[in-house]
Amino acid sequence: MHTQWRRAMAAAALAAFGTLAALPVHAADAPNSIRIGYAISLSGVNAQGAATTTLPGYDLWVHDVNAQGGIFVKEFNKKIPVEVVAKYDDTSSAETMLRLEEKLMTEDKVDFVLPPWSTGFNLAAAPIFAKYGYPDLAVTANANDEEQLVKQFPTLFFFLNQPIHFGQALIEVLNKYKNSGQLNNKIAMVSVGDQFGAEMSAGFGAGLKASGYDIVLQKSYPLGAADLTNEIKEAKASGADTFIAASYPPDTFMLTGTAITQGYNPKIFYTAVGTAFAEYGANFKKKAQGVMGIGGWNPALPGAMDYYKRQLAVTGHAPDGWASPVTYASLQILQQAIEKAGTLDRKKVLDTIVNGGPWQTISGPIDLKTHIVEHQWGAGQWQNGQFVGVSPTDMPGVKPFIFPKPSW
Amino acid sequence: MPLIEVILGGVILGGLYALVAIGFNLQFGMARIVNLAYGEFLMGAAFAAFFMYTLFSINPIVGMLLSVPVSFAANWLIYRVLMLPLVRRARTRDDLEGQTILATFGLLFVLRGAATLAFTADNRYYNYLGVPLNIFGFTFAANRVLACVLACIFGGASLMVLNRTRFGTALRALNIDPIGAELVGIDVRGMAGLAFAGGGALAAAAGTLVSTFLTFNPAIGIEFTMKALVVVIMGGIGNMAGCLTAGLLLGIAESLCSYYVDSGLTLAVAYALFLIVLVVRPRGLFGTP
Amino acid sequence: MAASAEDRRRRRTRTAAAIGALVALVAVLATVPLLTSDYQLSFMVNVMSYLVLTIAWALFSGTTRLVSLATSAFFGIGMYTVAMSIKILPLYASFALAIVVGAAVALVVGVLTLRLSGMFFVIFSFGLSEMIRELMVWWEINQTHTMGRYVYVPFDTTMIYEHLLGLAVVVFLVGWLLRRSRLGIALLVIGEDETVARQVGINVPFTKVAIFIVSAMFMTLTGALMAPRFSFINPNFAFNPLVSFVVVIMALLGGLQKLWAPVLGVIPLIILSERLQTQFPFWYSVLLGLVFMVIVYFLPRGVTGLLEDIWKALGRPLALPRGFTGPLLDAWAWLSRPIFLPRGLAGIIEERWLKIMPRANEKR
Repeated sequence: MHTQWRRAMAAAALAAFGTLAALPVHAADAPNSIRIGYAISLSGVNAQGAATTTLPGYDLWVHDVNAQGGIFVKEFNKKIPVEVVAKYDDTSSAETMLRLEEKLMTEDKVDFVLPPWSTGFNLAAAPIFAKYGYPDLAVTANANDEEQLVKQFPTLFFFLNQPIHFGQALIEVLNKYKNSGQLNNKIAMVSVGDQFGAEMSAGFGAGLKASGYDIVLQKSYPLGAADLTNEIKEAKASGADTFIAASYPPDTFMLTGTAITQGYNPKIFYTAVGTAFAEYGANFKKKAQGVMGIGGWNPALPGAMDYYKRQLAVTGHAPDGWASPVTYASLQILQQAIEKAGTLDRKKVLDTIVNGGPWQTISGPIDLKTHIVEHQWGAGQWQNGQFVGVSPTDMPGVKPFIFPKPSW
Repeated sequence: MPLIEVILGGVILGGLYALVAIGFNLQFGMARIVNLAYGEFLMGAAFAAFFMYTLFSINPIVGMLLSVPVSFAANWLIYRVLMLPLVRRARTRDDLEGQTILATFGLLFVLRGAATLAFTADNRYYNYLGVPLNIFGFTFAANRVLACVLACIFGGASLMVLNRTRFGTALRALNIDPIGAELVGIDVRGMAGLAFAGGGALAAAAGTLVSTFLTFNPAIGIEFTMKALVVVIMGGIGNMAGCLTAGLLLGIAESLCSYYVDSGLTLAVAYALFLIVLVVRPRGLFGTP
Repeated sequence: MAASAEDRRRRRTRTAAAIGALVALVAVLATVPLLTSDYQLSFMVNVMSYLVLTIAWALFSGTTRLVSLATSAFFGIGMYTVAMSIKILPLYASFALAIVVGAAVALVVGVLTLRLSGMFFVIFSFGLSEMIRELMVWWEINQTHTMGRYVYVPFDTTMIYEHLLGLAVVVFLVGWLLRRSRLGIALLVIGEDETVARQVGINVPFTKVAIFIVSAMFMTLTGALMAPRFSFINPNFAFNPLVSFVVVIMALLGGLQKLWAPVLGVIPLIILSERLQTQFPFWYSVLLGLVFMVIVYFLPRGVTGLLEDIWKALGRPLALPRGFTGPLLDAWAWLSRPIFLPRGLAGIIEERWLKIMPRANEKR
């Protein structure tokens, strides 16, 4: 009898407590979903970049969040699923992109807007995000004047290094071998004729000269160049031990292919965007060994490999070793900030993103106090079929560098 | 790098441009259709070669046995179904050009959109024949040389057919005077259909060869179409010799510019050369005024 | 000659009415920023900018029949001149500078292209735009070592809209006056037959170049006005070749017969693209392409042509001598007839089959 009585009392108490706990909740006010929208290049020249780096991350994040039942929002005391209510095609036109961002923010009135793809589009969109107070987690953007930009646009965040930091990360590696006499001080550098190439070559060039390197070859080539044989031949003839290309994916593949054909084997072979793509390793296989590239990640971080496998399984797209994991990490931050702020109020979420860090992500802890992620992978290298971070050398999980690059 | 090597490199690049332009020249010069969707067939063949090579390890050159006839048939159908109504309707040649530009512009979007849906927007790359080849002691990539050689063969073959056969004479008559051609008993529409389809077949061949060394995605088509247009206009509409010459000139100009000036200016120089040619010869290098 | 005076009076009233309607329309349009959301306003900015571009394009290409793909070149020159000069010049001064640069380039291009016709002109204008873009990219990379330029000026979307509206009115008036001037008539003759034009003593080169410059100045100013809309500009944004193509499509969709015809091309096409981009983002290219093809095959004379056909049809007596009830009665009569199938459906199939395979019968 006693036990039964006690059990009944406990059950009653629990029920009462449950009711009490449930009472102050305005369950009726809770939205059915957290409304997400974005405009991104689904067609046109930018579509390939968005499809490789950004879109799979968006899709995977929505999938992951909803698999857990949504994001817990304290204000409503329940988990609210994420819903992509608006997904627009900016057709790779900046004018269209701006207009569609305005539509998302003023007509559709979505809760959060995910950023477009590419540096140019993000810089163009930043004023609109700032005007309407939407957090702007501009992952696929970097610029030399980031500090000034985040002051001007208080909702803007940069996740990737500034071009100058990529230069520093590379120079750190170069210096080690130059100082030990294994590497000469001559540099051959080519860059793609776009914003990225311009800023990278400026950032690299200044750093290299300051460290006593001699840039014996410096050329730019147009976006969509059909042939880069001359550039590789000139680099080969220049006697430089180091080849640096501030390149975009198509040229990254072409430069590597041409270097293989021409038997060009510098001690350091560095290409930029595209080197970290899974396709790069799949195409060049063992020849990729020792190739340096922009970015890098640490697959040993908690959740990182799991993320890799999940993205491949859910979206069919293997993430790259640079901006893809950061894209996902930026969304993890958004999710955690909503949870921590306990509300969908954008101003509060924005404050939380800034002050609530450091955030635990698949790219390691990230703090956004300055709106700029300061310490990031600058350079990576293909090692045994994986693109891993090798510089800056004080990053956790840094891998020993393979020097010199083995012959193709 | 000696001058001769730079020029050789330019010739190889120019061969690629000529290769892309020959098929377009057949469609534009003989069938009188400005086919803005030309590059989409090039892109389609590139994807076909890519999937055949990566999934079934079919050699791209062998794969052409499939993609070239398919493209021939598809283009023939396009001519019969989509272009003929416009040909029948058009009052003047200018009128026809305007109408076909609009129609094929639409077709371009349809095909590109369909390719994006089917293949995703991702960049594709595979390496076939990326081996060094020694020419006069200089090293070039075998796949690029192959493209150039085939451009010369295709160009030469079309030139032979056009100048040495009855069929070719009839085709040239289409270029010069479609109404006159009809009067002397040439089946103008049937011939034009074949020329259009032949152009499509060459597009597929070019696409296959290009895919062996260039990265491509569904949006790449229009770049090749515009390149082909520039080459054809520069050489003279319907003139195969002009087409080859213009392609080679552009390639050599780009190569010289990339070595002696700066690679960043190559495209600007190529366009400048094109504009100068037109200012001096308003109907192209080999065009008849 | 009383009829002529009557005619003139009637025409004057009509002109007055047209002007009155136009003023009213502009007044209504000018109040748009007060009534709409930011998105709707930027939508209207898009409409206005393409309206000016298309009417300006039609000024030259509609009359001379030379299809120009240089729209993006002049639009880009306008935009990029502002982007480059905004740090050192007041805003309106940089607009003025843009017009001067655009006119200068148009003068050179106009003179160089005098001998070109047909596709040669089309591709020349395309090559020109691409060359300018490549040069700008190279200049920025190698001389300034940066490719983006920031344009932060107190010139918001409302200001852009009002200015574009003003520009649209001006380009419309210029087109209207041109059609009434000797220059415009000379241009029409050139479009019909250049040799005839020369024979009747028209200064062909001057006329063509003059109109080309006027048209280019409007395009350049549109680009300049749109610069503050992009706070960040690089040559690839400014010299977007698609703009040239879209303008041609819009003009042809509207039709080239009337001065106001492009309006009927711009508005539906912009509404349509916007719908497709937002409603069917993954099908955007395919659907837009299909729409272009429908226009070519079913609306060969553009929306204006369609409207004219409808107008004419309305003016004709109804082609229904027995009124609307006639066809209904016919249908009723047809339905009440017995179905004439002596051998049933099987008989029809057999007949078809015999037509396709005549020998099947013999074997039996």
